[in-house]
Amino acid sequence: MTDSPATIPARTRHKIFSFARVKAISGNTLLELIRLKVFYFLLLFALVIIGFSAFVLNFTFQEQFQVLKDVSLGAMSIFTVLLAVLSTAMLLPKDIEDRTLYTILAKPVPRFEYLLGKLLGVLLMLLVATLLMSAMFGAALYLRQEMVVSATLRGAGNATPDQVQAAIREIKQQTFTSSLVPGIIAIYLKAALCASITLFISTFATSWIFTILTSVMVYFIGHIQSTAREYWLASGNGSQLAKIFMFFVTLIFPDLQLFNLVDDIVAGNSIQMAMFWKTAGLGLSYSCVYLLAAYFVFSAKEL
Amino acid sequence: MKKRLPALLLILAFGFARMNFEQKLTEEHRAAYFHGAKLNLGLRQKVGQFGFLAALSGFRSIIADLLWIKAHTEWEQTAWGRMALLFDTVTTLQPRNIMFWDMSAWQMSWNASLAAFQDPKQPSLKLRLKAQREYFHLGRDFLIRGIQNNPDSYKLYEALGHLYDQKYGDHLSASTQYAEAAKFSDAPSYLKRFAAYQLAECPGHEREAYEKLRALFEKGDKEWLPTLLLRLRQMEEKLNIPEDQRAKVPPGFK
Repeated sequence: MTDSPATIPARTRHKIFSFARVKAISGNTLLELIRLKVFYFLLLFALVIIGFSAFVLNFTFQEQFQVLKDVSLGAMSIFTVLLAVLSTAMLLPKDIEDRTLYTILAKPVPRFEYLLGKLLGVLLMLLVATLLMSAMFGAALYLRQEMVVSATLRGAGNATPDQVQAAIREIKQQTFTSSLVPGIIAIYLKAALCASITLFISTFATSWIFTILTSVMVYFIGHIQSTAREYWLASGNGSQLAKIFMFFVTLIFPDLQLFNLVDDIVAGNSIQMAMFWKTAGLGLSYSCVYLLAAYFVFSAKEL
Repeated sequence: MKKRLPALLLILAFGFARMNFEQKLTEEHRAAYFHGAKLNLGLRQKVGQFGFLAALSGFRSIIADLLWIKAHTEWEQTAWGRMALLFDTVTTLQPRNIMFWDMSAWQMSWNASLAAFQDPKQPSLKLRLKAQREYFHLGRDFLIRGIQNNPDSYKLYEALGHLYDQKYGDHLSASTQYAEAAKFSDAPSYLKRFAAYQLAECPGHEREAYEKLRALFEKGDKEWLPTLLLRLRQMEEKLNIPEDQRAKVPPGFK
């Protein structure tokens, strides 16, 4: 005689989706990544910031802030994308090699939860890395600002208090702008998108080298996807074959250029929040779709 | 392949769904002056393959900064020609950076032009003047292109006005540029005065200049600066404004 579902105690009943299981997998993934000492790259990030800060000391304060912001945010963008691709590419092959994957999937853990947990673990690691880098960048920028302000005060000479205040206001306006925050969020979203693409590729890849190379290729193509789309949408007289090719590039690859906001934000552009939320929404949709695609391939995989 | 078909279909369906949205979003970004750099073959030749690839991959601001630092090194060696080329590349990579346009124009119109005029290797004054003028034009071109890329900022209009005034002695053009700059809501108040001062220097525009100066005077004592009062007095005398209609500063005003 078997128990009907109604007679099984609630605590032992298997749920189709359990956030607790996803949380456990993502926590373990984060822990694994931390044990791999991925955060050592922060030392390199700090060196880049300090190095460039010292390098531009003879420049005007506008140039100093400009270079510091560009280099820091550029380094942040490189490091987050590299971390996203490299750490995600290793996830599945490592679990298969260590046999951890079989242990997990032998338990009543749906494959979707496994993939979601793995991706969330990487996203958490990226979040911590982005926050730490932002804090370092903010501190470096603040220190530079204070140095420029104190130099201005020292060289004020016969300037009236109003003129000195105006000069300090100008310096502070050049240092921190509210658009920097959406710019940094866009960097994170791009890295998250790269992580989900890498996860998708790793579900059918034959080796982690293939995963990394393909992800890097997608990254480069993603930055010129908008050119392909515009070629396809334009009603020009281009060859039919080229148009079909561009059409497929547009359909398959993500438009990563849309997440490159920091270049123009540092140059002084301000971003409207409505536009930013649309971009962020697109980034999240991409991540969800690639995760789902990864699940479709992974669920049919014979392990 | 059969097993991967649902994934492929999902990606294609999402591609269809997002295509128009992405195009509209790209247009919105461009309207807000994002992604304005023209990454074409001309730039590819200037920055090399690696630089171009980096610029395409979202690192154009870093490439622009590195070239800017290089231009700074060229400045220390007074290699003006190479500097002009580097400035051209930097501003192509970062067309929304006002500082790059402004500094490039300043380096060309002020520093390079002076160096060309004082060139000890060139004995001919005519040729030195010609070279000096060419650098003025280079500076002006940077500002004009900068304005085309940044029509939402007063700063480059102001810089162009300053250039016309100081280097070309073209007060009418200077006045026009200052007046354009003054139209912006965040423009400093002195730009309106500068536009009027420059107009006062242009023969045949005395009436127009007088009206502008008078309008500023009527705004109140915050505008009663020595230069404004002096220019206003000069215009009143040139136009023979009757004594009782002239602007009067209350006695005791400092």
